[in-house]
Amino acid sequence: MKKSFSVLSLALLALGFSAFTPGNKPVKNIAVNTAGAVVPDPDNAGLKLPAGFGALKVAEGLGKTRHIVVNAQGDVYAKIMGKVAEGKGILKLHDANGDGKSDETTGMGNYGGTGITIKNGYLYASSDEEVFRYKISEKGDVIDPSKAEKIITGLKKGNQHETKSITLDNAGNIYVNIGAYSNSCQELDRKPGSMGRMPCPILDSAGGIWQFKADKLNQSYGEGVRYATGLRNVVGLDWNTQLDQLFVMMHGRDDLHNLFPDLYTEKDNAELPAETMFALKKGDNAGWPYTYYDPAQHKKMVAPEYGGDGKKEGSKEYIDPIMAFPAHMAPNGLLFYTGNQFPARYKNGAFIAFHGSWNRAPLPQEGYYVVFVPFENGKPTGKWEVFANGFSGMETGVTPRSAQHRPCGLAQGPDGSLYVSDDSKGSIYRIIYNGK
Amino acid sequence: MKKILGPIALMVLLMSFQTAPKKAAQVTKPAVKSVVTTANPAASIERGKAVYLSQCLSCHQVDGGGVPHLNAPLDGATAVVGKDKAKIISIVLKGMTDRVEIDGEFYSNNMAPHKELTDQQIADVLTYVRNSWTNKASAVTPAEVKAVRAKIK
Ligand code: HEC
Repeated sequence: MKKSFSVLSLALLALGFSAFTPGNKPVKNIAVNTAGAVVPDPDNAGLKLPAGFGALKVAEGLGKTRHIVVNAQGDVYAKIMGKVAEGKGILKLHDANGDGKSDETTGMGNYGGTGITIKNGYLYASSDEEVFRYKISEKGDVIDPSKAEKIITGLKKGNQHETKSITLDNAGNIYVNIGAYSNSCQELDRKPGSMGRMPCPILDSAGGIWQFKADKLNQSYGEGVRYATGLRNVVGLDWNTQLDQLFVMMHGRDDLHNLFPDLYTEKDNAELPAETMFALKKGDNAGWPYTYYDPAQHKKMVAPEYGGDGKKEGSKEYIDPIMAFPAHMAPNGLLFYTGNQFPARYKNGAFIAFHGSWNRAPLPQEGYYVVFVPFENGKPTGKWEVFANGFSGMETGVTPRSAQHRPCGLAQGPDGSLYVSDDSKGSIYRIIYNGK
Repeated sequence: MKKILGPIALMVLLMSFQTAPKKAAQVTKPAVKSVVTTANPAASIERGKAVYLSQCLSCHQVDGGGVPHLNAPLDGATAVVGKDKAKIISIVLKGMTDRVEIDGEFYSNNMAPHKELTDQQIADVLTYVRNSWTNKASAVTPAEVKAVRAKIK
């Protein structure tokens, strides 16, 4: 274990930080973390923000930092995706001197994954097949990292959309996204002209949100409820506590032109379908793979794999999104802002981290930013604005590989700061409001 | 398939005359209209580019960089510039859906088979891929593709 940390430890030591220590030792609080002591980096950590906002990098080089959560003490927990070294599946960042920068990183967990959240005294985290929870102390520390309670097991993991995002409601339930291991349920995935399977068999065990008990061990599909179906892949999701409802961001399908060149142009490919926000109720069906949402026509359309041609409207039995965004931008994080630090108009609105597109080529890619959607009376106003930009470090010609940073996870700190993770270079940003 | 390739191939040809006059002059080819089967790497690369744009670009991107965690990069990939050409020929013919480690990473997407491409087209696109961005490797010939195709069937 020590070996895998040594390079990073050395680097951190050289920078004058305390060493990277495995395990989860209690740390002394040197200073109370007041918003006043936290100042933005001179260049706002490379981000472009609305007037009055500033940003600092809490940490960087952490690996594939996916979803994040901040405990009541201001410590950041980040879930790391992919292959992880022993005890490095979840990283905890602690700011000892109150300047907003992480001074101590500790690790735990041996599984890669995306989902992480805190609720009612427990830290919840997911691998691509399971969900675990850990009791946390009054001080926000995981009491015993070796005591992972496996609450969900045996979830379907295909070679696509395999990450499991999680969120909890206030009634003891946990919601897990199980992504469809397919683009559009074709006989042969991503094969030009291949038609859709009817009914799509993937929907039995994936392509939806499943609900489980938050405190019951070893639940598999049998004990879970398919809460909502027809969702291709959801990465960003959040339980809206004000409305007491689950909101999700769906990644829309790819390749309309590449798969059906006679029906769709390259421009269609780049602009269809919308990335969509849904407010879900139990039993909802969002239509994948049978339909997709056309943002220009404001309609659900029949997918070409199921006889669609770009004009045929989809069945009304499927729910409509409550908000549509440009195609392929890959919404990976959703957070309803409940803090008081930001100006009042942000309260109860939604922040969305768009990872950035790849499936608009050869047209320019889009996304690679964090968006804000104002809500009024529990509904989005219909407008969205880029809130934090500059992650990619490029003005034009960005490609997924050339982007320096790709926003992924979002979290709110106890003081109302907004945290953003980047799973490309493993940076954690903290955005604060210092305007008047 | 030909239908899709046609206009793009033409575009690329026109583009390549403008952007790479030296190369075009070098190979002293009059009008490349019919499919050339002789091993002429520069001509093969140019035809391969057209195939790449219509068949591979959406996933593997203009810079050959792919999409991290999703679509494997072709630029700088060990297998792509490797000696075992049969391996990459077979990937293009059969597609790739296995969860295997490629240069230390896993990729969460499926590549569909491209067996409807001709031996020439596959040779061209792989020759293009092996000689673009930072890649530099020997050409792939239609005969090599044919041999692999025969084994797969
Ligand atoms: C739908 C997206 C998609 C398209 C289109 C596509 N590929 Fe791929 N390609 C992939 C993915 C994903 C992988 C990795 C698959 C895996 O890990 O199982 C891959 C892997 C490869 C590899 C192996 C790379 C290595 O380092 O081992 C080669 C070579 C390749 N593709 C070439 C091509 C060529 C040439 C074309 C066009 C004729 C093409 N691909 C079209 C998605 C695609």
